[in-house]
Amino acid sequence: MNNESFPKPIKLSPDELARQKSRSRALGLVLGALVVLFFAVTIAKLGGDVFNRPM
Amino acid sequence: MSLATESLVNDGSASVASPSLVSRATAKDYYELLKPRVMQLVIFTALVGMMTAHQAINPVIGFASILAIAIGAGSSGCLNMWYDATIDSLMERTAKRPIPSGAVAPGEALAFGLTLAIASVVFLGLITNWLAAGFLAFTIFFYVVVYTMWLKHWTAQNIVIGGAAGAFPPMIGYMAITGSMNIETLLQFLIIFVWTPPHFWALALVKSKDYARAGIPMLPVVAGEIETRRQILIYSLILMPVGMSPSLFGFVGPVYLAISTVFGAVMVWLAYDLFRKREGEPARKASYRLFGVSIIYLFVLFVALLVEELLPNLAWSHFL
Repeated sequence: MNNESFPKPIKLSPDELARQKSRSRALGLVLGALVVLFFAVTIAKLGGDVFNRPM
Repeated sequence: MSLATESLVNDGSASVASPSLVSRATAKDYYELLKPRVMQLVIFTALVGMMTAHQAINPVIGFASILAIAIGAGSSGCLNMWYDATIDSLMERTAKRPIPSGAVAPGEALAFGLTLAIASVVFLGLITNWLAAGFLAFTIFFYVVVYTMWLKHWTAQNIVIGGAAGAFPPMIGYMAITGSMNIETLLQFLIIFVWTPPHFWALALVKSKDYARAGIPMLPVVAGEIETRRQILIYSLILMPVGMSPSLFGFVGPVYLAISTVFGAVMVWLAYDLFRKREGEPARKASYRLFGVSIIYLFVLFVALLVEELLPNLAWSHFL
C-alpha cells in the first residue's frame, strides 16, 4: 500500500491543543446537561408514574 | 464546504482572517456567537411574560422553556453574525466578533446557528405547545431573514421594524405557559418595540462613520444627525405613555406607574438633552448617556413588572 496517498497527519501546536480541549470540555458539559435536562423534563411531563408500568 | 477551502466573501477593503485547516475557536467563541447580552434581555423579558400568565408553572418546564427561547434567540444572533461577517469586519464595534476575527469559520457558524434554531423550536414545541414554538420560529425568521438580510441593508427604518424581533420574547414566554395571547404581553411587546429606536439610534449617532463605511443605511447616515436627534426625542415622548400603559390599563399597580413615570421622564429629558447638544464631546457624552440609561430603563420597568406580578401572590401566601 502506498502511504503517500494519505494526507499527512496534522500536528497541533500547544495553543491549538488547548483550544481543542476547551471545545471538547464545553461539548461534554453541554451533552451532560442535556441528558439531565431531558430526564428532568420527561419526569415533569409524565410524572413519577413513568416508572409504574406493566412489565 | 471544507474549512480549508472556505473563505469570507469580501470586496477587498475588509481585512478578514482566513480560516485554517484547524479550528482556532474556543468554547467562548461559540458562546459569543449567541450574542449573550441580547440573550440576557430575552431571558428576562420572556420570564416576565411567563409571570403574567398567573398560572402555576412547573419549575422544570418553566426553566426548559426559558432555555429554549434563549437558545432560539442565540441562534438568530449566530445566523446574523454569519450573514453580516463581511460588514462586521468593516466596523470597529464588531471587527473582533468570532467570524471576522477568524476564530470561527462562516460555515461552522451557519451550521451551529441552524442546528440551535431547529433544536430550540422543536424542543419548545415538545415541552410546551406548538403555538409558542411556531412563534419562536417566526421570531428567528423575522430577525435573520426580514431584519438581517433585508431591512438592515435597505432602509433607515431597519431597526424600527426589525425591533419587533427583540420585542417578541415576553409574548413567547406567555404563550409557552398558556397556549394563547393576551393584551398585557402585547403591551410588553410595545414597550420594547418603541424603546428600540431611541436605544439604537443613540449608539448609531456615535458610530455613524462605522455604519457609513459598512454601507448600512442607519438613520444618522441617511437622514443626518439632526433628524436622528429629532426622531429619538419623538420616540422617547411616545415611549413614556407606552411604558406606563400596563398600569393605565389596570394590569399592574401604582408602584409600577410611579417607576415608569419617573424613568420615562428621565428618558425624555435625556433625549431632549441629546437634541440640544449637537457637537463635540458634550454631544458624544449625551448619546452614550441616553444609550446607557435606556438599558437601565428597560431593565427597571421589567423588574417593576415582575415585582408587581409576584408581590400579590407572596402577600397572599404569607398573610392568609
